[in-house]
Amino acid sequence: MPRPKLALLLMVLAVAVSACAARAASGEEVTVTINHSRFHPGELTFSRGDTVTFVLVNDDPIDHEFILGDEEVQDRHEFGTEAHHDAIPTEVSLPAGDTVRTTVTFDKAGELIIGCHLPTHYAYGMKAEVTVKG
Amino acid sequence: MRRLLVLPLVAIFVLCTSAAAMACGGLIGPNGNVNLLKTTTLAGYADGVEHYVTSFSFAGGGGSFGSLVPLPGIPTKVERGGDWTLQRLIRETQPPVLAFARSDSLAAAGAEKAEVILETTIDALDLTVLKGGGDQVGEWAKENGFSLPPDAPEVLDFYASRSPIFLAAKFDADAAAARGQNIGEGTPIHLSIPTDNPWVPLRILALGKQAQEQIQADVYLLTTKEPAILPLAKGLSLSRSEQGSDSLIADLRSDKGMEWIPASGMWLSYLRVDSSAGDLDYDLAVDVEGEAPSKIDAGIDPVPAAVPTDPPAPAGLPMWMLAGVSALVAGIGLTLGRKVQRRAAA
Repeated sequence: MPRPKLALLLMVLAVAVSACAARAASGEEVTVTINHSRFHPGELTFSRGDTVTFVLVNDDPIDHEFILGDEEVQDRHEFGTEAHHDAIPTEVSLPAGDTVRTTVTFDKAGELIIGCHLPTHYAYGMKAEVTVKG
Repeated sequence: MRRLLVLPLVAIFVLCTSAAAMACGGLIGPNGNVNLLKTTTLAGYADGVEHYVTSFSFAGGGGSFGSLVPLPGIPTKVERGGDWTLQRLIRETQPPVLAFARSDSLAAAGAEKAEVILETTIDALDLTVLKGGGDQVGEWAKENGFSLPPDAPEVLDFYASRSPIFLAAKFDADAAAARGQNIGEGTPIHLSIPTDNPWVPLRILALGKQAQEQIQADVYLLTTKEPAILPLAKGLSLSRSEQGSDSLIADLRSDKGMEWIPASGMWLSYLRVDSSAGDLDYDLAVDVEGEAPSKIDAGIDPVPAAVPTDPPAPAGLPMWMLAGVSALVAGIGLTLGRKVQRRAAA
């Protein structure tokens, strides 16, 4: 097979696999890894009514957070003073090098954000987009 | 691992409990504020040894601060630097300037566990030479009370992939005040590092900074002949490149610990960094023979991935199964490709 065609096919395959990984969320466990102060994957899609257990893997040597919510929620945490989160499934502290699980049910369709609001982390780009389809 | 050597600069980061003091290159305080001070560094090279001289300045306040300096190799000596070397270099290249050379920072680092190779105290500075990967050094920093900015994991990995040696400098502002150290007064540090070529870490100066923040630093090179330097772009300029004057060399040689400088024939290069933090994604690579500095050392090319000596054969998976999986993957690729082509045709 000509190399360009093979390369195109492999690229298509890679995109397909990637898309599946970001969408494979519904129902079961979805692993979100933090490396170099970035969430991976950076985009996730679920359906309204999905109950998902996030496996949050902090690969960095520094602490992070997992704050799931709309922009208002993100703003509240960006300017808030809560140093630690462990009581709400959508708000989780992630110590350096640790793995934490939290289970969330998406009961409304819309656009959400996963963010980290430790000082300067959100501005640095520590956010991921979450789409909940109706 | 790189052959770089040495150097320099800077540093950055960390902060700890304190409230205000600071030291150099870029410190991030608990409130997220970043203090910018200009950094001055000398990377001298003779007889296969890089002599890195920089200064950690006391800017007032209390508590402790820290910074990390990536090194190209394990220093054989960490000692107090001479009192006037950096100032003399500034006077040589910027005659009207009366200001003190001020430099960098302090700090510390450490995850599985970074290996502590050397510990020493110079004035109010606690210096630790560490060996470890980015995670290990980051973990060490955390365990030692430092807070790392969000870009630290990537930056530490960037350096550790080339050389796992770091200098952590922790500055005790309370101790500095108790010693009567005045604000603006620096503590010069001199590291002797055997290496093939001098090297100066510049990217780490941008640690913890916003992309648009401006970074300024002066870097002096003293080499036995005119060196080749990489890169000279994006905010790094060569302001002076000339034979070191007899008076300069004589003055430098008379400072404490500077007798390593040959009495004559030294080439002086003066480089100025004036770059936004976002653009400062490189280091200073030098070839003392005037040939081609390493693009890997400059951070332009990535470090080649290690080649496995023994290709791992997945345990329990016979070759025919691997071949089948490969064929399946190829088949999926082909199918998807055809679907894409059909859609495009439609």
